[in-house]
Amino acid sequence: MNELVVETDGLTKRYGDRLAVDLVSMTVVRGEVYGFLGPNGAGKTTTLRMMLGLIRPTAGSVSVLGRPAGRPDVTARIGALIEGPGFYPYLSGRDNLRTLARYRRLPDTEVDRVLDLVDLAERAKDAFKGYSLGMKQRLGVAAAMLGSPDLLVLDEPTNGLDPAGMADMRALVVSLAEAGQTVILSSHILAEVQEICDRVGVINNGELLRESTVAELRGGATLRVRATPEDAALAAVMRLAGEDGVRRLGDGALEIDLPATAAPGLVKELVGAGVDVHEVTAAERSLEDVFFEMTSTKELVS
Amino acid sequence: MNALINSTSAELLRLRKWSATWVVVGAWMALALAFGYVFNYVAYVSGEENFTSDGGTRAGLLAQMLPPALPDILVQGLPMFGGALAMVIGALAAGNGFGWGTWKTVFTQGPSRLATVGGSLLAVTLIVVAMITATLVLYLGVSSLIAVTEGQEIVMPSLEAVAKAYGTGFLVLEMWAVLGFLVGVIAKGPSIAVGLGLVWALVVENLLRGVGGLISAVETFTHVLPGTAGGSLVGALVGDGSGTPGVVTTIGGERALITVAAYVLVAIVAAVVVMRRRDLA
Repeated sequence: MNELVVETDGLTKRYGDRLAVDLVSMTVVRGEVYGFLGPNGAGKTTTLRMMLGLIRPTAGSVSVLGRPAGRPDVTARIGALIEGPGFYPYLSGRDNLRTLARYRRLPDTEVDRVLDLVDLAERAKDAFKGYSLGMKQRLGVAAAMLGSPDLLVLDEPTNGLDPAGMADMRALVVSLAEAGQTVILSSHILAEVQEICDRVGVINNGELLRESTVAELRGGATLRVRATPEDAALAAVMRLAGEDGVRRLGDGALEIDLPATAAPGLVKELVGAGVDVHEVTAAERSLEDVFFEMTSTKELVS
Repeated sequence: MNALINSTSAELLRLRKWSATWVVVGAWMALALAFGYVFNYVAYVSGEENFTSDGGTRAGLLAQMLPPALPDILVQGLPMFGGALAMVIGALAAGNGFGWGTWKTVFTQGPSRLATVGGSLLAVTLIVVAMITATLVLYLGVSSLIAVTEGQEIVMPSLEAVAKAYGTGFLVLEMWAVLGFLVGVIAKGPSIAVGLGLVWALVVENLLRGVGGLISAVETFTHVLPGTAGGSLVGALVGDGSGTPGVVTTIGGERALITVAAYVLVAIVAAVVVMRRRDLA
């Protein structure tokens, strides 16, 4: 069940004296949607290109489906949309896919299947150059799905899409994931990753900062309490959550590492200590909070 | 082998559906028809002297348009005009894939780079074959038509002569096409490749040949250039009396054949090697 689809080991790519990817070791498990998260220029695309054998690593290795990346039999089992769709502008969407299908001798029915999947069947006969950005992107996803690959690599598939297009694209990825498709989805949009990914790898300046489940990364739920006098409140809360379990948020509120179910006990404790409780809320950290925390403090993979 | 065949069929599909391919091939057919027959025929009918007639007689002019002269006519226009257009096809086929990102897409389909680039070269080669075959068929039709119109008996050229001309024509076009492909690969785009390639094929080599008359080192150098080799290969067949631009007898036919074949081989190998090693960023 925990079959590794992708495993990179100390993957490094150097351009001149700039390290684009620095000792990245990541794993993608079969059947999961892996979010590859990082700001623009963090090294996401470079890592994915090495996975596909488009560029050679300076050091380290990538194995895909148990074999070295870049070998024809491996590449044939990966479907990819890397850094924008690359198609022949003068061909229709369908002819573009028919051309690609011929490389693996896939029948035209397969072309029509993926066109349907991305909802492009109606415009399939139009020239690619006349497509909107969203349609181009969808054709790219369709091309990636030709031949039902074992691994789908989508590099920023929602780039340039309008909100409706983004929602459609997410729904598509979710439906693929439900069907058991392994997907690597790179993105700089955190909400997107939080919504559809099982596990994430966070990359910044070429370094993989963290790799874990979205839930782990966000941490457990917390409680926020606003109470006066603050010092007495802090002392009371610390008795329950421990000294490290409380943070001052600066606006008179305290953030406490306790689940929402601990709220009644906490309020009792505060009231017992003679503290006035103004507000108690359960809060969850978003991936965005975690991400900015991480990219600014440069936490290392643990 | 299967991967190569698949790649070739994919590449043929997209080249076949590309208007640019047809524009270039069509331009060649129009030029070939105009310079091979139309101008001569107009000169013949109107009784005026024509620049390709060498001051010959009307009978000589007619003889050039009849089927027996077909092998010569077929190859005459190839060293310069045909070659230049074949180079454009090669450069377009290879060069555009970088800007469009289609090389990237193609390289992630499965077949190895050797197979995909080889398939692309093979597809370009098949277009060259189509180009020379279509020219032959066109010339056969037109020369027969002229023979009939002018009340001449239709005498077909020997099969050997036609085959020789066909082979020569194919080699010259193929050399320029794969050279164009290589330049397209190196320049990572069609515009520089087409621009530089055309200036080279149409201007620089001719100038160098001119300078070669003054400086012997340059002359020796021009002997190994593709234009000289292609021109000499055709020249070995038709002689340099026709005055057609690009047709020369600078080097012997055998040496020209070896040089042209070497260019074809080197360009193919170099294009494949460069593409196999390249990072597609």
